[in-house]
Amino acid sequence: MQSRTFSWSWSGFLALMLMAMALQCARAQDLKSFEQKITTKVLPNGLTLIVCERPEAPVFSYTTFIDAGDVNDPSGESGLAHMFEHLAFKGTSEIGTTDYAAEKVALAKVEEANNAYEAEYLKPVGRDPQKLAELKKAFVAAQAEAHKYVIPNQFTDVAERAGAHGLNASTGLDETMYFWSMPENRLELWAWLESGRLSDTVPREFYKERDVVVEERRMRTDSNPIGRLVEQFLATAYVAHNYGRSGVGWPSEVSQVSATEAMEFHKKYYVGSNVVVTVVGDVKASEALPILEKYFSKVPGGPKPEDMTTVEPKQFAEKTVVIREQTQPFYIEGYHRPNYRDPDDAVYDAIGDIMSNGRVSRLYRSLVRDQQIAAEAQGFSPFPGDKYPGLFAFYAVPLPGHTPTEMRDAIHKEIDNLKTADVTDEELAMYKTRSRADLLRGLADNQGLSNALAEYQTRYGDWRQLFLQLDRVDKVTKADIRRVANLVFTASNRTSAEIDTEAPHASEKKDGGAQ
Amino acid sequence: MKSLSLKNMSRILVAGVVFSTLLLPVGLPAQQSKPWEQIAVPKLHEFNPHQPKRIQLKNGIVIFLQEDHELPFVSGSVLIPGGGRDEAPAKTGLVSLYGQTWRTSGTEKMSGDAMDDLLESKAAHIETVGGEDSTTIAWDSLKGDTDQVFALAVDLLFHPKFNAEKLQLAQQQEATSIVRRNDDEGEIAGRESNKLVYGADSPYARQTELATIGAVTLGDLQAWHDRTLGGKLIVSVSGDFEPAAMEAKLRAAFEALPPVKPLPARHDAFHDTQPGVFFIDKEDVNQSNVQIVGLGTDRHNPDVPTLAVMNDILGGGFASRLFQKVRTELGLAYAVGGGIGFSYDHPATFRVDVLTKSASTVDATKAALAEIAGLTTRPFTEDELKRAKDDLLNSFLFRYDSRDKVLAERVLLEFYGYPADYLETYKAALEKVTLADLNAAGKKYIHPNKLAVLVVGNGPEIKPDLDTLDLGAVKNVDITIPQPKASAAEEKKQ
Repeated sequence: MQSRTFSWSWSGFLALMLMAMALQCARAQDLKSFEQKITTKVLPNGLTLIVCERPEAPVFSYTTFIDAGDVNDPSGESGLAHMFEHLAFKGTSEIGTTDYAAEKVALAKVEEANNAYEAEYLKPVGRDPQKLAELKKAFVAAQAEAHKYVIPNQFTDVAERAGAHGLNASTGLDETMYFWSMPENRLELWAWLESGRLSDTVPREFYKERDVVVEERRMRTDSNPIGRLVEQFLATAYVAHNYGRSGVGWPSEVSQVSATEAMEFHKKYYVGSNVVVTVVGDVKASEALPILEKYFSKVPGGPKPEDMTTVEPKQFAEKTVVIREQTQPFYIEGYHRPNYRDPDDAVYDAIGDIMSNGRVSRLYRSLVRDQQIAAEAQGFSPFPGDKYPGLFAFYAVPLPGHTPTEMRDAIHKEIDNLKTADVTDEELAMYKTRSRADLLRGLADNQGLSNALAEYQTRYGDWRQLFLQLDRVDKVTKADIRRVANLVFTASNRTSAEIDTEAPHASEKKDGGAQ
Repeated sequence: MKSLSLKNMSRILVAGVVFSTLLLPVGLPAQQSKPWEQIAVPKLHEFNPHQPKRIQLKNGIVIFLQEDHELPFVSGSVLIPGGGRDEAPAKTGLVSLYGQTWRTSGTEKMSGDAMDDLLESKAAHIETVGGEDSTTIAWDSLKGDTDQVFALAVDLLFHPKFNAEKLQLAQQQEATSIVRRNDDEGEIAGRESNKLVYGADSPYARQTELATIGAVTLGDLQAWHDRTLGGKLIVSVSGDFEPAAMEAKLRAAFEALPPVKPLPARHDAFHDTQPGVFFIDKEDVNQSNVQIVGLGTDRHNPDVPTLAVMNDILGGGFASRLFQKVRTELGLAYAVGGGIGFSYDHPATFRVDVLTKSASTVDATKAALAEIAGLTTRPFTEDELKRAKDDLLNSFLFRYDSRDKVLAERVLLEFYGYPADYLETYKAALEKVTLADLNAAGKKYIHPNKLAVLVVGNGPEIKPDLDTLDLGAVKNVDITIPQPKASAAEEKKQ
């Protein structure tokens, strides 16, 4: 990278400066034009509504953004936020039931039966197998009784029949999001459905759904080599903060959370002040807001839940995880970094971009193109979340015949380069140009724009930061990059994890029926 | 935002689509009230999807221009007929290597590496990809860089200079995927079930091996390029440009080419799938990936609209039979779904997949098989038909709710030789599907005795074992990765 001729470099730099100036204008125009299109309203219950008019086609997309995720799961109940997200598809007292009054009574009995069963099951000594079997039977019978009143999947059925597209939700460590797109003439129907499930959730079919979520864990984590590795990697990198805890939930916990616990989570975190709802598309704020206000006022008010107070202590010892199994080798490492509100947030983005973005990136050129030891190599941050201090992570996929140790050494060499020499003017300018262009490219999609507005509104209290972040991007200097690299990328701040490939053990047979 | 052009508006006219109200689900207990039915559904805003301008050059090349001034970007692509299915079996993987090496090699005037530097400094891209039936070169840039990036793309299209080092790099990448292909359960299940449907040697299922990618030479890439570039190219450009100037630029680049030579027609043989239970043991998983597969159909089949409705009833979304039974009622799976696939020019696969914990493999498989068999024995209901139609028709808009989607659809139809109003006709046909159509299609297309069941899972944990499916002796599938005499990747290492 350092071998470019002066003339190339200089003309390239000039061109980049001109480009940056052109884009600067585009950015200013965009914020201004978006201020014309976007209306924000905070309801008396604290819920924030954002409507963005983009009448390209007679459709809209929405995002409900809850400022709570699996990081907020109470101790011993990992996976609860995600469980609740699944519950939010099960309907309300008005949809999904033939007789809510009777169903409510039956659901209370399900909880009683579950509590009785769990109490026996969890007895450290003196568990009575016969009693346990009876309690299990009673629990299953109570569920069957409650199920009599269920109209399965009616909530999603009504949405899908009305044209819902891309109907889904996601639970991260930091937040929970619900989203879909719809023809614009179904705005009021959507507002009824969405506000209903936020304010009037019924813990219907909870225990069946818990089995489904455990299957989700088996798919994403247990039966996937990278899923297993990342779970161990995070659990090792964090000693105090919940970022180290399995997001989908540890098997013993997610398989035993109860509907009562899920509803307590809902009561605490699904309050207006913790919710942003964004609508983007063929809607007029003047017509849409009164409808949204009517329905979303139903969401209970309440204080914004207190933030987690646990702060991950400074790491002072390097940690390493080695998984030995019959899958191909892999290497990942991470360094603790501050959260998104840190003044250096954009500096971390710059490092990620310069190290990883495309075939010009340092890791590609070094590990993939020149040394030919990796099929893929990247750095990214923050991981696994951005609300609290996360990690700056690097990973590499070795080519056949190459080892995790080689990946590690090669990545460290590139990190050392960041610490000892400035990045080039071209690299820094490239980061700034690409940041702007990427932001602009993202504006042409209702769902993407809706998600971004909701996220920035939640994280910064102002959606304008989606555009204003470019000011922070602009201010990043070469000295910043060198300073931050020296600050963060130290051996004692590092956790690494790797898969070392074991030869198949042909003679060794597993016991039949082993769990 | 901007006024719509009136010139090409009538192709997929959906103005004033009439939405019907939701009906009471039949066969379910009565509900006290349905508040959502009281909510007014106003008439949908008038919408005329903006059609691209189509230009056919004298040499047969087709150009589409789709103006879109919302953002200051221009993007384009050239679709070139011929892909992986047309490569020699002994060189399986050639087209994939070609797609990677073409761009990374660059041209006589500018190496791929220099191109990377230039394009990334402008947040612009030019990429090449090798696919199953076509290859593509695509570009995009900010409006101000349109001319320069287009010129580069055209240079790469007509004057590539394939580079030995870049081919080697691509071969290493491919070798990495090959040696890793048995790590992920889902990848194994998808690949091996395809082989069960089409046969391991079929152009639609055969896989790259270290030996076949090692056999590909620079000369093969150049020969492939020369052979396919004479085909019927489809050029499409969209974004923030001035149409007359763009048309002139494209004509200048493509008009002087010789008349296009179509690829010879393919004569692939497709057979019924060999039924039975197939098993692949994977010791490091606790969930089975079950694939129930057979031969599907293609879009020329007039029954496709009916089959789309049947798919929605079987496996499309939360209210489908599979989801309701296997996930909601039995709690046996997070991921369950499927249906009959239809490709544009060859039979796709029938596929139902279920992911379930090892111990419930047999139960979940039986449940899924029962739902498939039910398509021939359990009559479809008015409510199922109504629900599926509502689902498909009310979300139909999302097939053309952006100019890029409209353009992509037109390119696809042009490529496979379907009429430009295909979507409109298809939608009309969906509206007309009847219960009688569904019941007939169930009998005609669903043949449980022509389906293969593939299970990838942890053998010792699967209790009861797969014999209890009562579908005959379980056949073990060997997925050992063949090693060439000397590992190609090792040999090529510097």
